[in-house]
Amino acid sequence: MVWKIFLFVLLSFVSIAGVAFPIVPVPHAWYEFPLIPGLNENAKIIFFHVPTAWLSVVAFLMSTIYSIRYLRKKDLDDDAKSYAAAQLGIIFCILATVTGAVWARFAWGSFWSWDPRQTSIFALLLIYGAWFALRSSIESEEKRAALSAVYAIIAFLTVPFFIFIMPRIMSGLHPGSADDTNSGPVINFKMNANMQLIFFLSLIGFTILYFWMWSLGYRSIILRDKINKQSIKE
Amino acid sequence: MSIKAYALYKKDLNSELRTKYAANSLAMFIIVAISVILFSIGSEKITQSLTGGLFWVVIFFSAMSGLSRAFVAEEERGTSLTLHLIASPSTVFSGKLLFNVILVFCMNTIIAVIFSILFEAFIIRNFALFAVSFVLGNIGLAVASTIIAAIISKAGAKGTLYPVLSFPILLPLILTCVQLTLLSNQGADFAGAKFELAIVFCYDVIMLTGSYMLFDFVWKD
Repeated sequence: MVWKIFLFVLLSFVSIAGVAFPIVPVPHAWYEFPLIPGLNENAKIIFFHVPTAWLSVVAFLMSTIYSIRYLRKKDLDDDAKSYAAAQLGIIFCILATVTGAVWARFAWGSFWSWDPRQTSIFALLLIYGAWFALRSSIESEEKRAALSAVYAIIAFLTVPFFIFIMPRIMSGLHPGSADDTNSGPVINFKMNANMQLIFFLSLIGFTILYFWMWSLGYRSIILRDKINKQSIKE
Repeated sequence: MSIKAYALYKKDLNSELRTKYAANSLAMFIIVAISVILFSIGSEKITQSLTGGLFWVVIFFSAMSGLSRAFVAEEERGTSLTLHLIASPSTVFSGKLLFNVILVFCMNTIIAVIFSILFEAFIIRNFALFAVSFVLGNIGLAVASTIIAAIISKAGAKGTLYPVLSFPILLPLILTCVQLTLLSNQGADFAGAKFELAIVFCYDVIMLTGSYMLFDFVWKD
């Protein structure tokens, strides 16, 4: 119970701080953020967009890890954990896409411009979609678990190409791209201490929220399967 | 193991030569796809970057129409249990992969020839670069589509699921190959394309290793 209250306070603080703290050219007070050339007020999206993008990748990683565990041990609980992680992953992936597109509307002038980062998040969405389509097409539980585990692992092998290699060698507009001169690397040099503090608090808060949702999700999937099996027996 | 894999490849080749299923449907598919492109272009001039993209669009959809056959046919004819008896999973995969690689090479060579005849903008100025990227791209395409074919042969809704599952896996390969085709059409040298070639090479190695490791789990029920 204590950590739920702690999480509530943390996320409330991050939301208020992220939206309301002012951006000034030369920050003096503890609540003032520095002005980042080229980003201006748009920089505040970092407190909400980056955690969602981070969690969509973390969810995919966890889904893959539990897929590997399923293939090693053939325990259907691991499949439920992988499924719950992917369900949350697609939610955070959509949130990251939407917040990114809204930010791009004001920073770059259009919602979608096939920047390398946008291409990679689009591919991640496609992978999640294909994964759910595959799962829904297989009747038998063990077969579904095994085949979707194999597909999750193969899809995960392509992720390094999208997330780490392509955005860095292709030219792009997203902060952190190869030819970014005025606003990247944002986290290390352009943010001051309190902006970094809020950013990492937000990252921690959203990650705790994710793990809470994930544990609720996989436990409810396991219980639902158990009830279904009992009703079949009776 | 390699002899058995070759025997499996010969078996697939013989059954293909007898029915000419893949050859006929692929040839018609390529003609249909390219004529749709020609109709939609009309009398307009298309640019070099567009022909490179269209080249890989035709390759992707042709591959999606022909390459799933290797495993789906075994399931449909009910012969996969016999394969379980006579060969280990990695041997089966090697045989099927060899057949698909040959099929992809024939198919893509024909598409490349047709493209260079029909489209004025599709001129290969650096042939060595084109050949290297063509070989690496074809191997990657064949490996990824073979393992996905193995997955969908065990699932329902085989026809619609195949392109859906393959596209995200093939996307890094296709995007890089479009870039490489454009570079070879512009006559760039190897130094200018080393990043892209490295990506395609890494993709091939990663996919080949991953497929061999994971095929056991797909093949054994």
